[in-house]
Amino acid sequence: MMGRNGTTGTVVTAVIGCVAGLLLASCGSSGTSSTSSTSGAAGQPPTAGMKTATSIGKGEGQLNLIAWEGYAQPSWVKPFEQQTGCQVNAKYAGSSDEMVTLMANGGGGQYDLVSASGDADLRLIYSGDVRPVNVHLVPDWTNFIPQLKAPPFNTINGVHYGVSLQWGPNVLLYSKKSFPSAPASWNVIYDPKYKGAVTVPDNPIQIADAALYLSKTQPGLNITDPYELTQAQFNAAVGLLKQQRPLILKYWDLASQEISMFKNGDAVVGAAWPYQTNTLQAAGAPVADEIPAEGATGWADTWMLATHAPHPNCAYQWMKWVSTPTVQAEQAISFGETPANTLACPIMDQQQKGACAQYHANAPASYFNSIKFWKTPIANCGNGKSDCIPYAQWQQAWTTEVTG
Amino acid sequence: MTAGAGRAADLLWRRPWARATAVLSPPLAWFLLVYVASLVVLLITAFWQVNPFTNQVEHVWSLTNFRAFIGNAAYRAIIARTIGMAIAVTVTDAIVAFPFAFFMARVAGPRLRTALLAAILLPLWTSYLARVYAWQLILSHRGALNWTLNQLQLPGVQLAYTNWAMWIVFCYIWLPFMITPMYVAMERIPESYLEASADLGAAGRRTLRKVIVPLALPGIVAGSIFTFALTLGDYITPLLVGGAGSTFIGNVVYNNVGIAGNLPFAAAFALVPVAVMALYLAGAKRLGAFEAL
Repeated sequence: MMGRNGTTGTVVTAVIGCVAGLLLASCGSSGTSSTSSTSGAAGQPPTAGMKTATSIGKGEGQLNLIAWEGYAQPSWVKPFEQQTGCQVNAKYAGSSDEMVTLMANGGGGQYDLVSASGDADLRLIYSGDVRPVNVHLVPDWTNFIPQLKAPPFNTINGVHYGVSLQWGPNVLLYSKKSFPSAPASWNVIYDPKYKGAVTVPDNPIQIADAALYLSKTQPGLNITDPYELTQAQFNAAVGLLKQQRPLILKYWDLASQEISMFKNGDAVVGAAWPYQTNTLQAAGAPVADEIPAEGATGWADTWMLATHAPHPNCAYQWMKWVSTPTVQAEQAISFGETPANTLACPIMDQQQKGACAQYHANAPASYFNSIKFWKTPIANCGNGKSDCIPYAQWQQAWTTEVTG
Repeated sequence: MTAGAGRAADLLWRRPWARATAVLSPPLAWFLLVYVASLVVLLITAFWQVNPFTNQVEHVWSLTNFRAFIGNAAYRAIIARTIGMAIAVTVTDAIVAFPFAFFMARVAGPRLRTALLAAILLPLWTSYLARVYAWQLILSHRGALNWTLNQLQLPGVQLAYTNWAMWIVFCYIWLPFMITPMYVAMERIPESYLEASADLGAAGRRTLRKVIVPLALPGIVAGSIFTFALTLGDYITPLLVGGAGSTFIGNVVYNNVGIAGNLPFAAAFALVPVAVMALYLAGAKRLGAFEAL
């Protein structure tokens, strides 16, 4: 089963040679991608000065995407491939952190676009993994809702690092059996009454949900932005989550886990995406969702262009294509989210009756403004001081203090 | 045949060591390259770290990663939980498997023995995931278990998404890996030993304690290596049937590789089960487990 002691010496000498080879190779590849500076978030992003394209050239024949599952469905990928000749290769990622890791590891030379959510955007921008985009090459950009033309999570100092796509709120999902009337507040997920029947996502960004709740229930903490927390505010939010921990049935990693917990009656209340509600209701489960009085966090996705994108023309073609009203409507209904393009609403109703209202594509600005969209927590919180808690500490607190 | 090939064949025939080298070197090279080299790379990576903002690996040597988990109560709890579960599953499986293996080896006739062996190995034909999901359905709030309890007028239990659920699933899934080596060890015990024990006046229980258990011990230890190592390295069962507070070593490694992008920390943490298994195997070797393999 194991090598005898006598052979170990020769084994080790042989291994050292090939390991040295491997190390040299990896050193070489990381050396070429050293454009990412460690200047931190306070300064200009490393790629801010890069020139953007002024026109879309001939397609390169290929397009490599990092996307959320469901963002590259055949119904809109196939016609795109036929029209542009760009063959789409999609790599699905399961979380924002995974997307950042994939972009960093590829050295930027492998992927063209990433469908990043707001909590990944600033990390991608400040690590130099994405580059400025000329939004005027995407004609439908002018039809976007005003809030998504230059949102702070993908536009820095007037420079756009991508084109917004779709958005949605993190909702309070509840079983109608346990709650005959809709709960008024997020306090139900912190209520010992529902011990062992609460579920929330296994995601460090969940600290922002606790901060949002505290911003309304404990005004003394002076929380104005749930992603810009001082040490005292951060400690209060983590403290609340630690109190919540004994009530939690499970921290879910996949939407399907939450769906089965509600379907089997193990969980009765939790934080969810509208996608889970739609899926459960379609299966006949007595559940509903809502945005409680304190408001909600949410996600707004952006197609971002990789700094070393090998197929930039196909990438621009894709951004142009997925922004058109028809594709926006298709994706909104398919995934259960809200399109950025205002012209998508009538088409959604054509595709599925009532879909425009169901997915809030006709919602007034007040609905959008009630959502605190995910963004990367950074030390510089805009007050001239760098006393906010950066995301690395969010991750650490989440794994070692809350869930571990 | 050309002259050169003929000479090579002569050489191989005259020198057995050359023949052995030629035959063994491809698998040996594979073993070195894939297994030993990756372990060495793992060891080296554990001493690096990542830049916290850009997530790039920085090749600076330090013990930061080891300090990070040794000095942190949460990581120590995860290590203790994983090892504790591995021990609990191993002990449970040993207790459950012993009478089963004994019955198969010493009591059952050849036909029943074949049927039992097939019954043990049959679950291994279905996917690991299918078996874990099946347990999820059995243990859930409206699952088969609670339905049965309700029919018997008994109160329901909340087992889904707890460490009890993990213990049940692990014990079920790894049981065949305990029964099989135990059965092999017991089958090897000569009938004459048991007869001699009886002739010398030992009762059944004494024969069990003084003859069967010591002779079956290498099989028990071999089985325990499987159940212990498989539980120690698992991360799917905690993900699927575990609840809040069921994070295993494997989950921490998985999250740090694929999601947090902190390979050095993952490498450092992955050395914990390697070290635990090295100690376990050293102990097992002293108990003669490798002679039963």
